[in-house]
Amino acid sequence: MNKHIGRRDLLRAGGWGLAAATAGSLFGACGAGGRPGGSSEVGITGNTVKIGAHFPLTGVAAPGYSDIPTGTKAYFDYVNAHGGVNGRKIEYIFRDDAYNPSNTSQVVNELVLQDQVFAIVGGLGTAPHSAVLDFLNSEGVPDLFVSSGSLLWDQPKKNPYTFGWQPDYEVEGKIIGRYVHRNMPNARVGLFLQDDDFGDDGEKGARAYLGDQVVAAQRYVSGNTDVAPQIAALQAAGADLVLGFNVPSYTALSQLASLKLNYRPQWFYSNVGSDPALVGSLLSRFSKGEVSGASMLDGVITTEYLAGVEEADDPWVELWQQVWDAHGGEGELTNFRLYGMAEAYTFVQTLQAAGPDPTRDGLVAALEKVGAELQGPGLAPFRYSGDSHAGMAGVKVSRLAGNSTEKLSPVFVTDNGKAEITEYTGRNPGPPPNGIPSVEPVG
Amino acid sequence: MVSLVAGVRRRLPASTLGRNLLLVLAALVVVVLLLELTDPFRNSQLATMSYYAIAAAGLTVLTGLNGQISLGHGALMAVGAYAMGLLLNTGVVPFPLAMLAAAAVTAVVGVVVGAAAARLHGPYLAGATLALAIGVPGLAIHFDGVFGGEQGLQISSPRPPDWFADVIYFLFANEAGSAKYFAYIGWLTLLAVLLLLSNLVASRYGRVWRAIRDDEVAAELAGVPLGRLRVLAFVVSAACAGLAGAVLGIVVRLAAPSGFTIVLSLSLLTAVVVGGLGSLGGALLGSALLVFLPPAVTGLGMQAGLTGVQAAQLAPLAYGVVLVTVMLLAPGGAMGIARALWHARPRRRFAQQPANTHRMDEEPSTTDATEPGGRT
Repeated sequence: MNKHIGRRDLLRAGGWGLAAATAGSLFGACGAGGRPGGSSEVGITGNTVKIGAHFPLTGVAAPGYSDIPTGTKAYFDYVNAHGGVNGRKIEYIFRDDAYNPSNTSQVVNELVLQDQVFAIVGGLGTAPHSAVLDFLNSEGVPDLFVSSGSLLWDQPKKNPYTFGWQPDYEVEGKIIGRYVHRNMPNARVGLFLQDDDFGDDGEKGARAYLGDQVVAAQRYVSGNTDVAPQIAALQAAGADLVLGFNVPSYTALSQLASLKLNYRPQWFYSNVGSDPALVGSLLSRFSKGEVSGASMLDGVITTEYLAGVEEADDPWVELWQQVWDAHGGEGELTNFRLYGMAEAYTFVQTLQAAGPDPTRDGLVAALEKVGAELQGPGLAPFRYSGDSHAGMAGVKVSRLAGNSTEKLSPVFVTDNGKAEITEYTGRNPGPPPNGIPSVEPVG
Repeated sequence: MVSLVAGVRRRLPASTLGRNLLLVLAALVVVVLLLELTDPFRNSQLATMSYYAIAAAGLTVLTGLNGQISLGHGALMAVGAYAMGLLLNTGVVPFPLAMLAAAAVTAVVGVVVGAAAARLHGPYLAGATLALAIGVPGLAIHFDGVFGGEQGLQISSPRPPDWFADVIYFLFANEAGSAKYFAYIGWLTLLAVLLLLSNLVASRYGRVWRAIRDDEVAAELAGVPLGRLRVLAFVVSAACAGLAGAVLGIVVRLAAPSGFTIVLSLSLLTAVVVGGLGSLGGALLGSALLVFLPPAVTGLGMQAGLTGVQAAQLAPLAYGVVLVTVMLLAPGGAMGIARALWHARPRRRFAQQPANTHRMDEEPSTTDATEPGGRT
């Protein structure tokens, strides 16, 4: 910075001619003193921390996803009601991008430049968030816990301020692949994939273990609602287990298509596409009421990395329910709200780790240092370190049964690429009694 | 007030080019002042407005002056943005060249689409261009090796060069971040486009386009080659959309299918209609509405005590209400009202000219402009 000032001062002193100099002094008066010193950290005052996020609150992606920030906000309100973090209340601003990257770029500009947030927490969507990755990292804004399982968030060299949160799709695919290979060695596996990095990463992970068990792989393009050809092709290939890396609306569409074709394989949906409540409501909407609710998903296998609302006696879910009852707005506690609360919990931990006077760089450094040891609602630990900004390391496999889930496997953890899959032996101690973490500041 | 307007009008240069140049120069001064007096966030909003305005200006020439409706301009912007991304990511093409190339590529697409469009009318034309809006983002997903698929193509936007930061600091003692740099790129492009279009509109081509819009049979009897001129209008409009896409690529730093949905095409059309069909100034006003209205409404909603989600949902509603209100109360759009003021006094200097040439501007054909509805 100092180098630039010197050069500009020289330029200014030298002058480029009368007209320019006049203009310079005229307009200079407007902008003089416009170089703020970096005395205090952006977004932090003595008693507040301001953070922001972008979510689709309107448009096609809004159902379900627009619940997430309401959960996050409820948990922050809960923390604020208990005195905040180091005496600071968390101000949480979330803005609508309608899942459109051009809008994301606008609202994140607004959050960073206008609202002057300290950090972005939980911004949702692979394509929308890609649009602001470069901006946030060049501005040095911590970009924590992107709500997407893409591998893009784990590039600490290129994007030092960006961190993933949920297990990425490749890790999930690997664990699913090995589970199927070990427990259903005779299954003829068909893959039903979204035609983007979500499907690609998942397929890569699954194929690493399934090898020649895969008899067909069919892709659908998001936006094309006719998936009958893909389902028919899986049926024709004789697949008796269909593994879906797809979003919730395509879980509903694939179920309806297979119903029409009288095709009844064992279904195995990855975590993203398996929320029973949302899929159930989509099913009855798409079929105009002919198929009712979540009952169709009975027996479907899926994966989990957080306890869901149906596990009402899980201590974490009890905490979330308590938070939602006290600080939530309208509506029920859903898995999406729970996801938002869990992200908020991890942020509170990170802020505590950054100490009493957090800075943007300090926040990132603290997360790299203690991130892998954080105990929270996640079933598997995070992989954060100086060399990795990847989120949770694993998932467990479970089966949907009525309004609950049945555990099929312990939590497995692994890493990207050739890393082995191991059983996670750590025990989740449950939430602290007051529901607020207490992480020691890093030295 | 009215006499002041008349006084200003008398002092404008007589030639169209001179008048337009003068206007653009004045606009340039205003733009520089605006960008230097506002904060980086307003700069970034103005950058966004610039690419909407470039596309809307092109669309208003096509729809307002030539009477061809297009629901596919969002897709043409996508062509421009992807072309821009592919060129910039090579790392060797300087961005002004890449912008021109993006406009040229989109113009070529415009020739193909325009040739088909020239044979169609009304709802059929709307349908054909709608197909374009739906189809083009699909291509980006299908050829994901080149275009990055669903997650999009990241674009390495130009960084503000040192000389730019130096000049800005020297003149205004302001910091020049990338938001400001992009805003300057966008607005200089926009002013150039407006200058070219306003001359074109006032030229023989503009007159012939209007003639075709108002009565095809009469125009053909007068010796106007209908097809060729309609294609030309489409190509000019497409080139603008391509240029807009190129600026979008720089500003957003990403070209992804979800950025170019049918909503974008419809937003452009509503901007053009609300601003005043056929008027370049109207395109500018309409784009300003696209950018500034949603955050303003959301802000008001939050102040009124709505939750974040409710406030966000208010924005599309307000947008729809504005559109319906304008259609009911001022079908000529914002510029229709402004023009009514401008022409309120009987004219002296232009009294000799046939009144028709002006009347055409005042009454843009709205027959082809089916209501595009609110933002869905």
